[in-house]
Parts: sequence; structure tokens; C-alpha cells
Amino acid sequence: MRISTKFAPRKADDGKPLTCTTDTDLKREQLLDLYRYLKLTRLVEERLVNLYRQTKVVGGVFRSLGQEATAVGTAYALGQQDFITPLIRDLGAVLVKGIRPRDVFAQYMAKAWGPSGGRDLNIHFGDMERGFIGPISHLGDMIPVMTGILLGARMQNKSIVGVAYIGDGGMSTGAFHEGLNFAAVQRLPLIIVAEYNHYAYSTPTSLQTACRDLAEKAVGYGIPATIVDGNDVVACYEVMKQAADFARRGGGAVLIEAKTYRRKGHAEHDDQRYVADGEIEWWEKNNDPIDRFERYLLDQKVANQEKLDEITAGVIREIDEDCDWAESSPMPQPEEAAYRVFDNEIVPPSLRPKVLEN
Amino acid sequence: MSTAVKKEHKSAPPERGGPATLVEAIRQGIWEEMERDPTVFVIGEDVGTYGGAFKVTDGLLDQFGRERVIDTPISEGAIVGAACGAALMGMRPVAEFQFIDFISAGFDLLTNYAAKCRYRWGAGLPAVFRGPCGSGVRSGPFHSLNAESFFLNTAGLKIVEPSTPYDAKGLIKAAIRDPDPVLYFEHKKLYRLPRLREELPAEDYIVEIGKARTVREGRDLSIITFGAMVLTALDAAEELEKEGLDIEVIDLRTLAPFDKAAIEASVKKTNKAIVLHEASRTGGIGGEIAATIAEEAFEWLDGPVLRVASIDTPVPYSPPLEDYYLPQIKDVVDAARKLAAY
Repeated sequence: MRISTKFAPRKADDGKPLTCTTDTDLKREQLLDLYRYLKLTRLVEERLVNLYRQTKVVGGVFRSLGQEATAVGTAYALGQQDFITPLIRDLGAVLVKGIRPRDVFAQYMAKAWGPSGGRDLNIHFGDMERGFIGPISHLGDMIPVMTGILLGARMQNKSIVGVAYIGDGGMSTGAFHEGLNFAAVQRLPLIIVAEYNHYAYSTPTSLQTACRDLAEKAVGYGIPATIVDGNDVVACYEVMKQAADFARRGGGAVLIEAKTYRRKGHAEHDDQRYVADGEIEWWEKNNDPIDRFERYLLDQKVANQEKLDEITAGVIREIDEDCDWAESSPMPQPEEAAYRVFDNEIVPPSLRPKVLEN
Repeated sequence: MSTAVKKEHKSAPPERGGPATLVEAIRQGIWEEMERDPTVFVIGEDVGTYGGAFKVTDGLLDQFGRERVIDTPISEGAIVGAACGAALMGMRPVAEFQFIDFISAGFDLLTNYAAKCRYRWGAGLPAVFRGPCGSGVRSGPFHSLNAESFFLNTAGLKIVEPSTPYDAKGLIKAAIRDPDPVLYFEHKKLYRLPRLREELPAEDYIVEIGKARTVREGRDLSIITFGAMVLTALDAAEELEKEGLDIEVIDLRTLAPFDKAAIEASVKKTNKAIVLHEASRTGGIGGEIAATIAEEAFEWLDGPVLRVASIDTPVPYSPPLEDYYLPQIKDVVDAARKLAAY
């Protein structure tokens, strides 16, 4: 596999503002589609923050501000049949996989019409038809689960790849190691997207691992790795395309490290006291993935500002409609809590015992 | 690159029915399910070339090939996680823990992933997690566990433990066909016990999950138990019979969800109950069953519900220590005498 090691530049080589790689075959329509997904991701999250401030969200809101390009670009390189298992900061990948914003809004507001019917939070659900397996809170657990998805697919003679997203924090878990090691041994087409976003909650990467780059860890599994500029959406797409081709052709597991930066705290409540002064502002000003891609689209004359504004207006319309839909959903009926632990045609629901009801 | 060498040794396929020990019954069950349903596969440590530490999966590799009989790294997280993922894809994994003690290394994925998938997003996860449990075989603190209590408080996992070859085969088949995750515990002391050898039907059958079995009918007192302790209960019952006590023995077979109706019916008949199990007393399933009896059949009771269980220590290694740890026939007899005197 060809490895590109141009990543996370502090500034472009020529001193000009950062943009995206021109080394791509992406067509105009695809580039504009990528732009739409980037904007959709950011604006869905902004709407969630609004809902949170109106106390309509039950629990926390988790942002991917500043790192949207990694999720959007990598997921966009996959086929419909391929599987992803994202982390909380990979909403972009979930949307690219065809999950509608309305489902995400309903989940965050704990509504009955959400895909989990109010039983679980945010993107903690799945859609097998769309190749989306939602995460659980236990970081690393989804790596062995994705290994199993691919093992099952191999037995069914399905030619798919599976992408598991993980962060610099999640890679410290035992489950990450166990899942990737097994996938590597079995030469399963598992692609790890390791997002180096500098912080796991408040803990810097230097306290997670003694490796300089997360990609170094791949050596221990006998698999190839590559490092990509995670804020260059085009580069993220291209690197995943290569990795997916490699895995699909029988090359086995691959690790992609995406260098990016988490500009918001762990969740909305986090005051980020652990971040050095000026660091967030630097990234916002110089290395925002959407700014970079807009610059690229305008410089390369893929679109003019009017076209980009039109796309954004369409995204806002979709968000308005989907948010209205989710808000109109009722909350779940209380006794729904008792159902679906098991197949209820075999084991009856766990209704409250009558003795407690008087 | 080295791979496990396959010598010119071919294990015979299992008989279809006929006389069988417990381990042969389980092997028959898995074999027949793999023949019946191409989505069934086996995954675990040393399950392929070696045929499993206790030979439950012996010969499966020759018959079904490496795609469906998968040797894994020493990695319970990988085994459980991979079984979960494959089950989501519509496969029916039968995952082996070499000893049930090692289930702790897969605990997170079992309790947080396997158990909660259907509840969280409606994704049924038809996987079997099986392995040898139980003490009394001088194996010390790490090869003797009875793990049911770790999982009783986790909604979403079924737990079964057979005590006869007939039930072992019927329950493994039922577990494989079940749409939800099932923990299938096999008491290693019973695997090759000649006393248990019995004739199995040649035709396909299952034993329904969730149903207890009355092993011995009696009027005076119920002993509610499962696994290897069924034999202890039967031996105690025989001794007590000499004293004129007519003991009923209930084999739970399924520990989650356990058969409340069968327990209730037995206690309403005998009015006295002992719960007997091999795991430590505190936090054991005995407390749960005793509480159920107190809630559902208090007016029928003529005495306290007694628990006979192991002491609250790790499982010790040396025979005198382990015998002190475990409930013995005499403990059951003593408890029954005490209760009968009420």
C-alpha cells in the first residue's frame, strides 16, 4: 500500500493558508457532496447545542468541531455494503452512511421515534441495512465486534470492508488490542481509523501512549499503517479509498492515523481548563477543515460562493424539517421499558411486579 | 510461519443418539446443529486441530473446515466480540471458553454488548457462549468457577446448565436455535461420569430453555438445585428415604430466566425447601430463589427456606480444603433433617 506521510502541516509549504490536496479523481458532484456532508455534520451539531441550551436534550452533547473531515472523508470512500462503527465524534461518518438527522435529533431528545425508542443515547444504535453499527460507551469494544462482522461476512462470501473508528484514548484499551490482533491474524478487511485529536476527555495523548504517532502501533500487529492530514477531507477520502482497495483485495487489516484536533471539550459541560491558551484559537483560525475545503473548492473553481451558500441553505432546510419531526415525537410510554430484553414471544416482558403497584 | 500440524488422526463422527456421556451429548448436539444449519460455527481457543481442551469440538474441523471451526488467539475479548459481530450478521456462533473462569476476561463484551443489543436497538444476537464450569475436581482457584451469579443481575443473558446427557444435548440445540445470547455452562465433573451415561434418542429433539425438571418426586421437602449438585441431592435423598423422608429434587436446568412456576408448584406441595448450589453462598442464586419462594409461596411454607452452598472463599485446591469448601451429601442430609423437624 502506498503511504502518504504529508500530514497536519502547521501551514502550507508556500506560506499560504491551508487548503486540500489536489491529488484526487473526485468529480465535481462528489466534491460538492462532501461539502454538503461537512456542513450537515457541523450544523446538526450546532442545532443539538441549541436544543441542549433549551434543555430539550436529555444528557450531554458531544461535538466533533474541527475534526469533521476525518469522519466525512473516510466514510465517503466506502460502498453501501461496507460497515462502519464510529465513535461519538464521528457523526459525519454516520450521516454519510445514510442515517438521517431526524434519527439523531430524536435520539438526543430521548424520544419514542428515535431508533432506540428512548432506550439509549445519541448515536448508540445501529442500522444493518446501511452498514452502521453504533458504538457503546466502552471504548475499544467495537473493534472485536467489527472483527466478528467481517468474519461473518467472509463465511457468507460477502466482499465487504469494515471501518472501526477509535481515538488516541480508546487505543489504550485491551479490547482494541484483542480485536485488532485477531483481525490481523485472520487477515480480515478491517480498517482502523485512529483519530489523533490530542485529547481523551482532558488527558493529552502524551499520557495515553509513549508512541509519537498512533500509526507506530500497527507494527505490533503486523499490519500496514499510514498517516493522513485528518483536516483535509480530500486526503481522508483518498487514503480510505486506497486502504479499502487494499483490504478488499485480501491484504488484511490496515490502520489509518488521522491527525486532527478536538476544538470542543469532551461534552458541552467541559470548560477545557486543560488546554493551553491560544491553542484552540490557532486551530480555528488556521486549520479548520471546512474553511480549508471551501478555499479548495473556490480556488479550484469547483464552485462559487453562491453555490456553496445554496448547499448550506439546503442543509439548513433539512435540519429544520428533521428537527421539527423529532420534536413532534412523543416521549416513550413508561411501560415500554419492560419490553425487548429478550424476544418477547419467548420470554415475557419484565413488567413491574403487581405487588409494588398496590 | 508455523501452523498447528494436523497428524493423520481422524476423529470419528459422533453417533446419532445411542448411549452417551455428557461430553458426547454436547458434541452430538453441536455437530448435528452444524449439519442442519450452515450459519452455525464454532470459535474459541484450541477448538480446531486439538478439538478443545475437553474434546467437546473434537472432529469438527475435519468435518466442517477451518471457516466454521475457528481457532483464536488467547483472547476472550476477541472471542466474545467476534461472536457478537458474526451473530449480528445472521450467523449462529458457538463460542467456547476453555474454562468458564476465563469468562471474566470477556465480561465487558458479554454484559455490555451481547446482553444489551436487542434492548438498545432491536438487534437480536443469537450466540451461545459455553464452557466447562464447576469445582470438586481439584483444580484450584482458576479452573473451578461457577459463574452464574456474575450474570444473574444482567438483563439480556439466558443461562443454562444441564446435569444429564439428554438435557445437555437438548439444551445445546435449544441454545443454538435461540434468538438471544445464551450462556451454556457444562460441569466438567459430569463430562465423562459413567453414572450419567444414558441412551439418547436418534431423532432430533430440544429441551426448552426456561423449564425445570422434577428429577425425583417426593412429598416432604423440595431440594432445588442444578448441575453436579443434582447428584448430591439425589444421594442425600436416598439416605433420607431410609429415615422415612420423601424428598423431591428439582433440577432447574435454566438459571436465567429460571422456572418460577415449577419451584412454586413443588414448594406448595412439600411446604419445605432447600436451595442447593455449588457457588459461594453470599450473592448466590440460592438467595434469589429463596426470596422468590418467600414472595410467592409464604403461606405454604412450614419452615424457613434453607440454603446449602459453598463457603465464601475462593475455590481451594487441596482435597481436604475443597471438600470443606463444597456442600457434601452430609450437609444436605443435615439441613433436610433440621427442616423436616419443623
